Amino acid sequence: MAEKKEKKKKLTVPEEELMYSGHLACQGCGATIAMRYALKALGPKTSFAIPACCWSVIDGPFPYTSLGIPIFHTAFETAAVMASGLKAGFDIMGKTDVTSVAWGGDGGTTDIGIQALSGAAERNDDILYICYDNEAYMNTGVQRSSQTPWGAWTTTTPARHFKKLPKKNMVDIMAAHGIPYIATSAMAFPEDIVKKVSKAKDIKGCKYVQILASCPPGWKMVPEKSIEVIRLAVNTRIWPMLEIEEGVYNITRKPRKEIPVADYLKLQGRFRHLTEDQVNEIQEIVNFNWQRLRWLEESTQEMKEKYGRATLSVPAG
Amino acid sequence: MKQVVTGNHTLSYGAKICRAQVVSAYPITPQTQVVERISEFVADGEMDAIFIKVESEHSAMAACIGASAAGARTFTATSAQGLALMHEMLHWAANARTPVVMGNINRGMGPPWTIWTDQIDSLSQRDTGWMQFYCESNQDVLDSMIIAFKVAENENVLMPAMIVLDSFVLSHTTEPVDFPDQDKLDEFLPPYKAKYTVDPDNPHTFGGLTGPDRYYELKWLECEAMDRAKELIPQVGAEFGEWFGRPHVMVKPYRCDDAEIVMVVSGTIASTTKDAIDELRDEGMSVGSAKVWTFRPFPSEAVRELLRGRKQVIVIDRNVSFGHEGIFCTETKGAMYNEADRPSIRNFIAGLGGRDVKVRDIKEMFHLAQKDDTPDPYWYGLKT
Repeated sequence: MAEKKEKKKKLTVPEEELMYSGHLACQGCGATIAMRYALKALGPKTSFAIPACCWSVIDGPFPYTSLGIPIFHTAFETAAVMASGLKAGFDIMGKTDVTSVAWGGDGGTTDIGIQALSGAAERNDDILYICYDNEAYMNTGVQRSSQTPWGAWTTTTPARHFKKLPKKNMVDIMAAHGIPYIATSAMAFPEDIVKKVSKAKDIKGCKYVQILASCPPGWKMVPEKSIEVIRLAVNTRIWPMLEIEEGVYNITRKPRKEIPVADYLKLQGRFRHLTEDQVNEIQEIVNFNWQRLRWLEESTQEMKEKYGRATLSVPAG
Repeated sequence: MKQVVTGNHTLSYGAKICRAQVVSAYPITPQTQVVERISEFVADGEMDAIFIKVESEHSAMAACIGASAAGARTFTATSAQGLALMHEMLHWAANARTPVVMGNINRGMGPPWTIWTDQIDSLSQRDTGWMQFYCESNQDVLDSMIIAFKVAENENVLMPAMIVLDSFVLSHTTEPVDFPDQDKLDEFLPPYKAKYTVDPDNPHTFGGLTGPDRYYELKWLECEAMDRAKELIPQVGAEFGEWFGRPHVMVKPYRCDDAEIVMVVSGTIASTTKDAIDELRDEGMSVGSAKVWTFRPFPSEAVRELLRGRKQVIVIDRNVSFGHEGIFCTETKGAMYNEADRPSIRNFIAGLGGRDVKVRDIKEMFHLAQKDDTPDPYWYGLKT
């Protein structure tokens, strides 16, 4: 009995469920798992603005819904500003305790929706933007997005002409806005999602969290590998887990063992066409990017110690 | 209380006295003064509102929709290119049944760049589900705005509304405007009580994927709501008259009683036309004019009532639908088609891109309409 109580204390993921059965996601959908844990962190005093993305379907067709929070579906490029508008509405109606969340895929967030997101970030609107990143336009059938990584097949970057451009560095773009909180997370790490989303929820201003979420049909893999592949994304360091608070970088998970990125790539059919040399090239990129991040972490932490801040200086008043 | 104000500032003061709670806007000539004054009102605490200064008109409309969905009274203003950029969200506002009210300053669409008035920007938004009120004076702007909020927010309507005024001719021209007493207005236009809101205590999903089995009925409901708006606008217009002394009707006749010929007009051309009618009457012509105030819902019944049995109808359009004719003309013809004794309907295009339409021009159009060899539609005053 005593042992059971001890175990319960260790559980950092809230038991409360705000996502119910009956959703329409594919088997092994990473975006659905990300939603479940994000909602556990957010609690019921939350509203969601959802642009065109997988989640505009997953929730369930009218009149059904699988979530215990209100959703306002909105046009593709408007998630951030819709959340800002809802927040202003809640505030002026005296409902100041509602967390206004924008929840969008990588295309809606980092391509067509980046203008509205940049606007909300510049105004530091009190919203939480969560991007579930499955690295392509999955809802429309796996077309490349700016988050599709170098080397990947999509239906608009066929294997013989795979994507030869890197994933757009959204984290640094958001950091350049000087917003109070930015984080990356991954859907196979529930405690990490809960911790970061809870933290973001309690910070006033514009917060941005990007959660890597596997897509079995889009990544051409079996659904039961969904969790494993995301663990590997983090543990091979191709998807670093980090937080940026007031410009200070903090890598929140530093894998002790060096695992080759090939282990991550070979689970997914979207990388099957890559040659050994190309895989080695990706490994070199991963290594360099990790070093760059370590350097950013050290230098911004040093700056913080020395000058009290790592973001651009702005007038206090 | 009477104040001498521009059309733009009429919208600003209107938003203030109508107690708009969330305003979101992006600057565009000739609308800028509307939002400049509102930003002062909000910053000075004269207006209990939140002003979201967004990075585009598309976002301005999205923010208004969000705030309205949360239960707030919302207002924005734009013009031409800004309105066109909003287009997607205009559909969204109507289909989400959010009663946003917006001022649109009529301005021609580029290229080439123009900042002067015509109606193509707003008329291009015909099928978005917005009510449209075309104003002939700054007083008209204020009255339309108050009536628009009351109709749009009616729980049997819940459709957005656009107050349309001519660039510079009204937007930057000062006129005396009678502003109602605030207490009386608060009574006439009580706070918006949203029937459905995005509310975590009563969670619902808005706008989720809807199949062919239900989407069709939702469109029908919107059409019904617009039909109810068409019934409600004259009622509220009459009620407004009882309260504030200025009744409003969807089609306003001028010296039409015995007129054989009626000139159908809108916007500021409507007020100029009244002077032209006076002069034509002095010359012995049997002519009157009709100002179409609401383009959507289109007052077909009122148009029929007024034009039935006339000898001729002349529609002056400060707009054109390329490949066809003036847009008010098409609508007027559509309303009259099934009438047994329908008049002959002639169309003039005039004043695009802000070219002046003066009393003498309107008289000239009247005379041209009496000649059989005048082409139809006729582009009046074309330099060749």
